[in-house]
Amino acid sequence: MDIRSLFRTAVAVTGLFAATATVAAEQVNIYSYRQPFLIEPVLDKFTEETGIETKVVYAGKGLNERLQREGRNSPADLVLTSNTSSLMDLLAKDLTQPVQSDVLEKNIPAQFRDEAGNWFGLTTRARLIYASKDRVKPGEITRYEQLADPKWKGRICTRSGKHPYNLSLFASMIAHHGEAETKKWLEGVKANLARKPQGNDRAQVKAISEGVCDLSLGNSYYFGNMITNTEQPEQIEWAKSVNLVFPNQQDRGTHMFISGAALTKHAPNRDNAIKLLEFLSGPEAQYLYAEKNFEFPVRPGTPRSDLINQYMGEFKEDDLSLTEIGSHVPAASRLVDEVGFDF
Amino acid sequence: MTPVFSPSRRRSSGLRWILPVSTIALLVALPVLSIFWLALFPEENIWPHLLDTVLFHYISATLVLAFGVGLFTLLAGVGSAWLVTMCRFPGRRFFEWALLLPFAVPAYVIAYVYTDLLEYAGPVQKLLRDWFGWQTSRDYWFPEIRSMGGAIAMLSLVLYPYVYMLARAAFIEQCGSIRAASRSLGCTPWQSFVRVSLPMARPAIAVGLSLVLMETLNDFGTVDFFAVRTLSVGIYDTWLSRGNLGGAAQIACSTLVFVVLLIALERMGRARQRHFVQSPSRSRDSYRLRGWRAALASACCGLLLLCGFGVPLLVLGGYALANFASYWTDDFFTIALNSLLLSATAALITALLGLLLAYGKRLYPVRLVKSLVGFAKLGYAMPGAVMAIGVLIPLAAFDNALDAWLRAQFDISIGLLLSGSVFAIVFAYTARFLAVSAGAIESSLDKVTPSMDRASRSLGRNSWQTLWAVHLPLVRAGLLSGALVVFVDCMKELPATLLLRPFGFDTLATYIYQFASDEMLERSALGALMIVLVGLLPVILLSRSMGRRSGEAQAELIESEAPAL
Repeated sequence: MDIRSLFRTAVAVTGLFAATATVAAEQVNIYSYRQPFLIEPVLDKFTEETGIETKVVYAGKGLNERLQREGRNSPADLVLTSNTSSLMDLLAKDLTQPVQSDVLEKNIPAQFRDEAGNWFGLTTRARLIYASKDRVKPGEITRYEQLADPKWKGRICTRSGKHPYNLSLFASMIAHHGEAETKKWLEGVKANLARKPQGNDRAQVKAISEGVCDLSLGNSYYFGNMITNTEQPEQIEWAKSVNLVFPNQQDRGTHMFISGAALTKHAPNRDNAIKLLEFLSGPEAQYLYAEKNFEFPVRPGTPRSDLINQYMGEFKEDDLSLTEIGSHVPAASRLVDEVGFDF
Repeated sequence: MTPVFSPSRRRSSGLRWILPVSTIALLVALPVLSIFWLALFPEENIWPHLLDTVLFHYISATLVLAFGVGLFTLLAGVGSAWLVTMCRFPGRRFFEWALLLPFAVPAYVIAYVYTDLLEYAGPVQKLLRDWFGWQTSRDYWFPEIRSMGGAIAMLSLVLYPYVYMLARAAFIEQCGSIRAASRSLGCTPWQSFVRVSLPMARPAIAVGLSLVLMETLNDFGTVDFFAVRTLSVGIYDTWLSRGNLGGAAQIACSTLVFVVLLIALERMGRARQRHFVQSPSRSRDSYRLRGWRAALASACCGLLLLCGFGVPLLVLGGYALANFASYWTDDFFTIALNSLLLSATAALITALLGLLLAYGKRLYPVRLVKSLVGFAKLGYAMPGAVMAIGVLIPLAAFDNALDAWLRAQFDISIGLLLSGSVFAIVFAYTARFLAVSAGAIESSLDKVTPSMDRASRSLGRNSWQTLWAVHLPLVRAGLLSGALVVFVDCMKELPATLLLRPFGFDTLATYIYQFASDEMLERSALGALMIVLVGLLPVILLSRSMGRRSGEAQAELIESEAPAL
């Protein structure tokens, strides 16, 4: 036995150990920006139905970079994101591969997926205005543009202008009105803030219930999470102190964004990953996935949860393409700095 | 620094030490070097934009935060260390180890806890409103917890133990006779403290303080939660919302320059000072405090302990108990075990490497070794997630190169060997926390007079035997406290663990993060409580053995060795 073949055997044995960890028979490896407790129920359902195991690494940031550095040997098959910009970034870094699937094309409307199939939206959320029941009359505010109106001086709360959710909204303003006007608008909103941007969307609703401010920006699902929170009943009170305003119903519609998924370029379990993608876009998973976090299913005709029907109903959505929104995010971030939004 | 050996001696056996020490330092410095490398390739030049807009805010917020935290931890850490080491008052023996406890509380957790307590809807303001009949927040003034002041308070409460631990070790290792001499020359206890003890403890205190400041600079969770926009907020923003990782790396590297300057300034300040332990303080001279002084001493220590540890423990315990049944999962055992094993491994490795590097630097203080060791320690000042990217780069590059080579040579693919494994996490911990253990060991080692080395070597021991028989017992306190701090730091470490871990792998910190990141304190309470409790064990065990025994060991050693000198 020469030294080479000896070495080869040794490597093969070691490799076996490494390999079992990453490409075992039936599994999908997921890098997830979404919190595990949100996605576990759907993934468990998938395993139950197909026998394919799912393995997850969850992190709030940096998974794109991890995937990029790991290159062709990366064990990851799918990336699940909680916003559009991470999907755009994956595409820009050439870390995805296109998926051709009739199921996905049928289930997901064109505006919520990449033309070439590099990423797919799975749920949608609306960026709403939360308005105090006591201090803001219904109909007093109906458009994002009005947030810059001096009548709201000292009455608006929001999270950091740099948060992806706000950047996405600001990027859509740039798409509709151009940079110069958006900057003016941001200056107006900034001048109306009751306090320095802080906390998450939930904290702003709390601030409204405490009388710190009268209006806030927030994603639709925060409302569902609060109004059903029996463990922290005070959150139900916060939710009850506000009306939900779906802005711009008379014109372009309310700003929407997605949580989504993309198949990685070097996915070792490609077929299983596509199965999971298709499953996630199917009727049952769409209901579960959306309901767990009170989001809207992307698949047309999926029943919405009772709660969403009760409080939100049907509304007009801004159908601006996600790709276009994504392209304005860096500019939005720059404007936020220029107007000193967060200081 | 006076070299331990004459130049001729150094040349003969130098390579044996310089080479391995430089290699280790270089390996540990790889993540920081990777970030410097990244900084060479920004997507676009961010500086004009930053200068025009927010850079001034970032820098001023960073400076105010660092100054506030530095001042408070210095007062609290040195003051309490002096009290428990040199004075006798009720509860001293308890405070001696208990004052370390706040260290087991992660900064982001204490921030959540106090926000919960002190914000408008919290119990404190509710009680005040009930008492005084106020209706809304417009009826009264109450300090805003989510503010610069709040951030300074929170970080200080959990970081002062760094200064406390190192200052205390320094006070213990100081020889009592110098203080006694100062007293007999007419110094009051206060003058003796300010003019003798404090300057002698200065290197150790400086190490503690620099750890505090680096930790303050790398913090993101707390400042982000409190809407204090420091440079680390700028780093993440440039990386994530501007898609400019290189630019983010540039900001991170500039922060490091600031740290290096600070350290250099401190070094220059005590360039001519050098002091060694000449004889042991066998019996500690202590001032017995009576009356209001004793009460004040107990109250000060008690307050630190209460705010930094008692209150968080009670709040977390309350939440955990209230929802125990719904939040307890059997996975907790595995998760806690993961945390424990990872942290213990990292603490051990970091202590060993720290000792090697510090000793190597002592034997051969040549420029190469000194600057590499210094570089390796900078990882501590980097924000965790940036550091994690710095770990990813060399590991993934190594893995992919190995795999490509094997494919080419043997047609075998092994995939990724190190990245995405537990090794990556341990490596990240080592690279992040080496500063802690090396710093603690260096400050202990610096106090050992080189004549000990020379005596031991002239008696025929080689450098390893000298390390084992002479230095190890003398720096035991520093070594232990370094390992202890690294252990607790690893228990709390979040951003690097989160990003580098294998599939399905959780530590206590990553487990609670999925809830805490959404400001759901109640659901993360049980896990947070476990971090505190598991982190507590070694704090108690080690700190109890640390104090007295190191003094004894030192005394014994010097007695048995002294006649030979």
